[in-house]
Amino acid sequence: METKSSSILENLNSQEYKYGFTTELETDSFPKGLSEEVINRISRIKNEPEFMLEFRLKAYKAFLKMTEPEWALLNYPKIDLQDVIYYSAPKKKIGKNSLEEVDPEILKTYEKLGIPIGEQKRLEGIAVDAIFDSVSVANTHKKALAEIGIIFCSISEAIQEHPELIKKYIGSVVPHTDNYFTALNSAVFSDGTFIYIPPNTKCPLELSTNFRINTKGSGQFERTLIICDDNSYVSYLEGCTAPAFDENQLHAAVVELVTLDNSEIKYSTVQNWYAGDENGKGGIYNFVTKRGKCAGKNSKISWTQVETGSAITWKYPSCILLGDNSIGEFYSVALTNNMQQADTGTKMIHIGKNTKSTIISKGISAGKSSNTYRGLVKMGERAKGARNYTQCDSMLIGSHCRASTVPYIEVEGDSNRVEHEASTSKISEEQLFYLQQRGISLESAIALIISGFCKDVFKELPGEFAAEANQLMSLKLENSVG
Amino acid sequence: MTETILEVKNLEANLEDGDKILKGLNLTIKAGEVHAIMGPNGSGKSTLSKILSGHPAYKVSSGSMNFLGRDLNELEANERANLGLFLAFQYPLEIAGVNNLEFLRMAYNSKQKYHGLEEADPLDFDDLVESKLEILSMKNDFLNRNLNEGFSGGEKKKNEILQMLILEPKLVVLDEIDSGLDIDALKAVANGINAYKNTGNGVLMITHYQRLLDYVVPDQVHVLSEGRIVLSGKADLALELEKKGYDILNAKLS
Repeated sequence: METKSSSILENLNSQEYKYGFTTELETDSFPKGLSEEVINRISRIKNEPEFMLEFRLKAYKAFLKMTEPEWALLNYPKIDLQDVIYYSAPKKKIGKNSLEEVDPEILKTYEKLGIPIGEQKRLEGIAVDAIFDSVSVANTHKKALAEIGIIFCSISEAIQEHPELIKKYIGSVVPHTDNYFTALNSAVFSDGTFIYIPPNTKCPLELSTNFRINTKGSGQFERTLIICDDNSYVSYLEGCTAPAFDENQLHAAVVELVTLDNSEIKYSTVQNWYAGDENGKGGIYNFVTKRGKCAGKNSKISWTQVETGSAITWKYPSCILLGDNSIGEFYSVALTNNMQQADTGTKMIHIGKNTKSTIISKGISAGKSSNTYRGLVKMGERAKGARNYTQCDSMLIGSHCRASTVPYIEVEGDSNRVEHEASTSKISEEQLFYLQQRGISLESAIALIISGFCKDVFKELPGEFAAEANQLMSLKLENSVG
Repeated sequence: MTETILEVKNLEANLEDGDKILKGLNLTIKAGEVHAIMGPNGSGKSTLSKILSGHPAYKVSSGSMNFLGRDLNELEANERANLGLFLAFQYPLEIAGVNNLEFLRMAYNSKQKYHGLEEADPLDFDDLVESKLEILSMKNDFLNRNLNEGFSGGEKKKNEILQMLILEPKLVVLDEIDSGLDIDALKAVANGINAYKNTGNGVLMITHYQRLLDYVVPDQVHVLSEGRIVLSGKADLALELEKKGYDILNAKLS
């Protein structure tokens, strides 16, 4: 039976993607294609020390022997890596020291995106690194943070200025051989964010990176490394947008987190890359490897992600719980609409004693999209007293979408405990009618149900971002009929 | 002259693509009146409540429904609600993760907004809700739970009545509000209904049993059978039905 509200549920369209504009800029872009020469050039342009080039070339060698993974529940034509621009940067001088040096066109772009890179935004307690195509174009509050020993800069800069930290930690959590995309990233990464929090320091600001892909045909290969030393804390948030092009664009990032004794990293993502149009044309291919290592005892890594964009999402932010009593958390909302496909989840690897992990995953599928949770909980023999709690909920909107849950549980030793709960629900017409009978409009009723469904995850987002996330969900599921 | 709140004339209705369920129903409710509708299972009682409130699965094929001078058939469910038509559900829906108090305020403010009135801020609204909780002997912690999630049958019904008291509608349709209630809950619900009703509004109770009518005395009792009201009377009609069952229909109608 087709009623008005059921036909509305079938036709919840994303509101027109409002970050789909392009900024006209002169850029220095490499020609398309991947080769050893391209890698040499990236390294040279960045004036990198020898060890970095070696790292890249080693990764490239490994990459050449690897093949694209095919186990995910994703369906897309093979990516032609020779058809990608591996380096693209705005031509004008990059303002590393003061915002006045930043190209006004770029500042305008961030203004349009609503990203606070002006110093006046300091009051809001957020420091921002802005990555535009392949390079970091602005970084706020660096000096103030440096005074208390916090390093917050682009990774290119860190490679120059803190090579000892880079040498020690890069590739220590995600080895270049980990998978096809990490090998590629390790060979060609162009920029990203670096954060180091010294011992006994609670970072006073919310640190944040905004990633913007601007140039047609360019890939973004960013590399982020965050180290939180003993007894320290940092909360970090990243946001991602891209123009609406008809062609697919590749985003293959690597993020590594390290927590030492008694320290904590809270890492939040609001991913809103261009998702392609309603027929599945265009959109970002998002192949990302994110992993944190709780190296120290009593340390904690918490991932919160709100994945709403990209044509393809392939992403499993994970925790290696090495230190005794360490804690890993994964809170995820993944929303797919139209022809979007997401295969996302986490891995919790329990190695240390009494390690704990929590996984809360909320998948929402609408349109003709496909949404898969894939997660691994692994407890080794040594991990005595390890505990995991997993909750995977899927919500289907309309009847042409798909939700799948693929949990892998590997437990050795008899003192370890794993709990897994899963549910699948639909927004029912009866629920919508109930809310409407209380005077609430159909659109608000849908938004209310979705927001209730996501509450356990959104409450993990810092400050005002929870409200923003709610709003983003509504924009992605607008009723195009009424 | 007393205001007419609801006037239903020759109403015929069916499930979309389904058989006719209501077959020429007439009903008039005036301000200050309490009506009860009884009738055998499948006679169309719940359908009537859903049609009045605008459930999307039902369709009116002929006849009219006039509510405070407006043609209900031309209004969306949420507009009907905002105009003051309230349905207390037989099976209230659970909405996970949605805070009961926030939902109540959202519903209240939807109505305020619809009528161009000021929306209530959380503090003012708290005061309003507290005063209503007392009527139903409900505890405060009730408000911090998720909307109907994990509520017992009785709690769900009380929550419906709480919503009714807060929204102050002009007409309430209570669809088997008494089913599944123990004596205490029944009394609390009846208290709520009695606190609500006044000379300016109307009540339509759909019920199978006399026991609710002991506490909320109807001005008129109607018997619905095969999609039409076949018998109407005063409160004593319900007592008679309770005693003799629907067999009396045959006797009275033949």
